[in-house]
Amino acid sequence: MGRSFLEGNEAIGWGALAAGCNFFAGYPITPATTVFNTMLQLLPPRGGTCLQGEDEIASIGFCLGASMAGHKAMTATSGPGISLYSEQISFAIGSEIPLVIVNVQRLGPSTGSATKGADGDIQFMRWGSSSGQPVIVLAPSDVADCFLLTMRAFNLAETYRCPVFVAANKEISMTRESVDLNALTPPRVIGRSTADPDKDFLPFAVPEDSLTPDFLPIGGKTLVRQTSSTHGPDGYITTEPELIEKNQERLQAKLEKEVASFTYFQQTGPAQGSTLILTYGVTARAARDAVSALNQDGDRAAVLDLKTLWPVPEALIIERSKAFDRILVVEMNLGQYVREIQRILPNKKVGFLGRMNGELIQPQGIREAVRHG
Amino acid sequence: MDSLLNTHRPPVFCPGCAHDKVVRGLDKAFVNLDLSGDRIAIVSDIGCSGLFDTFFNTHALHGLHGRALTYATGIKMARPDLKVVVTMGDGGLGIGGAHVLSACRRNLDLTLLVLNNFNYGMTGGQCSSTTPPGAQVGSGFLNRLERPLEICEVAGGAGAPFVRRLSSYDPELVAVIQEALEFDGFSLLDIRGLCPGRYTKRNKQTPKDIQAELDRLPDLSFYQQQNARAEYGSHYRQEAGRLQAAEAPLQIETSCTPPGSGRQEVVILGSAGQRIVTAGELLGLAGMSAGLHATQKNDYPITVMKGHSISECILSSEAIGYTGLDAPSVVLALGPEGAAKRKRMLKELPSASLVLKAAGIELPECKARIAELDFKALQVKSQDFALASLALLAGANRVLNLDMLKAALHFRFKGKALEGSLALVERIASQESPAFS
Repeated sequence: MGRSFLEGNEAIGWGALAAGCNFFAGYPITPATTVFNTMLQLLPPRGGTCLQGEDEIASIGFCLGASMAGHKAMTATSGPGISLYSEQISFAIGSEIPLVIVNVQRLGPSTGSATKGADGDIQFMRWGSSSGQPVIVLAPSDVADCFLLTMRAFNLAETYRCPVFVAANKEISMTRESVDLNALTPPRVIGRSTADPDKDFLPFAVPEDSLTPDFLPIGGKTLVRQTSSTHGPDGYITTEPELIEKNQERLQAKLEKEVASFTYFQQTGPAQGSTLILTYGVTARAARDAVSALNQDGDRAAVLDLKTLWPVPEALIIERSKAFDRILVVEMNLGQYVREIQRILPNKKVGFLGRMNGELIQPQGIREAVRHG
Repeated sequence: MDSLLNTHRPPVFCPGCAHDKVVRGLDKAFVNLDLSGDRIAIVSDIGCSGLFDTFFNTHALHGLHGRALTYATGIKMARPDLKVVVTMGDGGLGIGGAHVLSACRRNLDLTLLVLNNFNYGMTGGQCSSTTPPGAQVGSGFLNRLERPLEICEVAGGAGAPFVRRLSSYDPELVAVIQEALEFDGFSLLDIRGLCPGRYTKRNKQTPKDIQAELDRLPDLSFYQQQNARAEYGSHYRQEAGRLQAAEAPLQIETSCTPPGSGRQEVVILGSAGQRIVTAGELLGLAGMSAGLHATQKNDYPITVMKGHSISECILSSEAIGYTGLDAPSVVLALGPEGAAKRKRMLKELPSASLVLKAAGIELPECKARIAELDFKALQVKSQDFALASLALLAGANRVLNLDMLKAALHFRFKGKALEGSLALVERIASQESPAFS
């Protein structure tokens, strides 16, 4: 089959369509705008909806309303927009509204550099909402990942009724690459688990074998309540400490206990050796080039490219790091995910290489950090 | 149809609160319109108006302060058959002002009830966007400094076709709510009433005062005609229905043979308007037509028709990892802004690199071979410098060949643009260029 010359943002759009997305809303912002452009091409002619909100808060709000009406919704922005999304993200977390959020990261802080890349929002995506409850964050390192991980993001948002971030970067989203989309193996498309509309319905009641409530849409025959307030299973406000605690613990457990079933990664190089480079996103490409050169020179270094960043796939990281003398975390910021690695590998030597100047980390720099670290 | 009031959760407003009248008025309007609960979604804001959704047996969504209209918009676009009612107070009106204005401009079929009681009841009676400057409120002197918002005038000015202001005690309340619900478009009711819990504790205000103030204000009925137009949702679906579904991404089969193997890095340095990014795309497509892997990474500032434009392309017979450039084999220096941005790269070029530069472009000292192109003599305009440079490379079988470039033009262009670019490429590629002698 033939190959296409696509940028990451276009692949995100096509991935969303393949996953059944039928609602998109966004506000123009470089470097995420081409996701909006793509969705505007894809959705309205097919009966879906693509809206441009008056601001980011409205855009994500439209998505939350549409998702509660049963649509598969996605929005896309960059750091300044994620800042404005914050309270709505908290709503989606606490009230279990499925939503895919594409964050095409650019160099911050604040408005920063609109046309320069960075991975500066890695902790922000995890902790940038009130309550500290978890979210899922997936990080693509190439155009094929943009397609596949966007599909997976929808599946996870639907399965766990939660916001899922696709943590892209200007350097992937706006870089064109030859890719054969037909050669990829897309995941099976999953919809949210629905309740029996003929039985009594409590909007936040959890079935015995699950930690996620069954869904019914606003607008169906059965009346549905949704609320951003602390609620019990009936969707009405509650002040009962026991009910509150049970719900809070469930919100945490439904993602953190399940991370093994959505731990996506790519390991390159030997299974054991000197240095295991832990990285993600566009930097994984430079790390793979570095490792290939190091291996040719006889250095037994390897790369673990984490495509699931949050919840932290702790079991994978612990398991894969055992056979290496040392860990080197490489990321396009001044030290964010390395904190997690230091936390879960307290007895391991963990080195760090980070850079934040709007340019890619080079393979040569990684090679030097492995050799002289 | 029976009342839709939730008998298990009766209103919990302060005795004498005007909101109670609106709850009952809204219910009567639902009954009169014979609406069942499953055909209605009530979207409520924060504050006392945010309790509305709990008093009714309807679909309900209670969200964040000021954002009720955003959720309502999503619900209505997803489910055009639902009656979507939004309740917010004068607090939500202020904090969500951008959404109110946009809802007016959009004219999506939503009914917005503004429960206007001139202060923030729930948080302690602070001033809101509608508090009169003479009132005693929980914000000290601050309300004396601001002018209250006449939301109906603003909404009418922003394009809302149905705007009414009325008292919660108006005998016409039910009829007006009913009319708003039936209106096919955005309707906004400024419903004024007493807040006995906070506002009237420190300010003398009676239903008669409210009515007297309303009687004093100018008539707004002309907005209905002035702003009459298609409802947003039906208009959206009508426009969308005319669109053709976008074609799947173009698929490129290998049809040519590349001039060599290995990795080629090409940088095109130019200025905005020189079609640098298009040239980079053509180079990528050309490589793909010969079965090569390709990447294209662009760099340009936030300005549109000013500033540098740079395209960094890699063609390789091996899969491409790192998308930055190590040692460009060819640099096309076609515009001063682009060349100025990559001074360091130019200085460090190895001797094997070839730089093709347009006349007048200043380059730093470097080891690479530099050839100047006389585009004036070639009769090529600035916006075609990049394509002409690719044609020269193709003519000399450097990085790409003519078959590859022509294949790329066929992938990228149609009609006159294709004819014009093919003609330019044929003409330039056939020239003997001193650059490769």
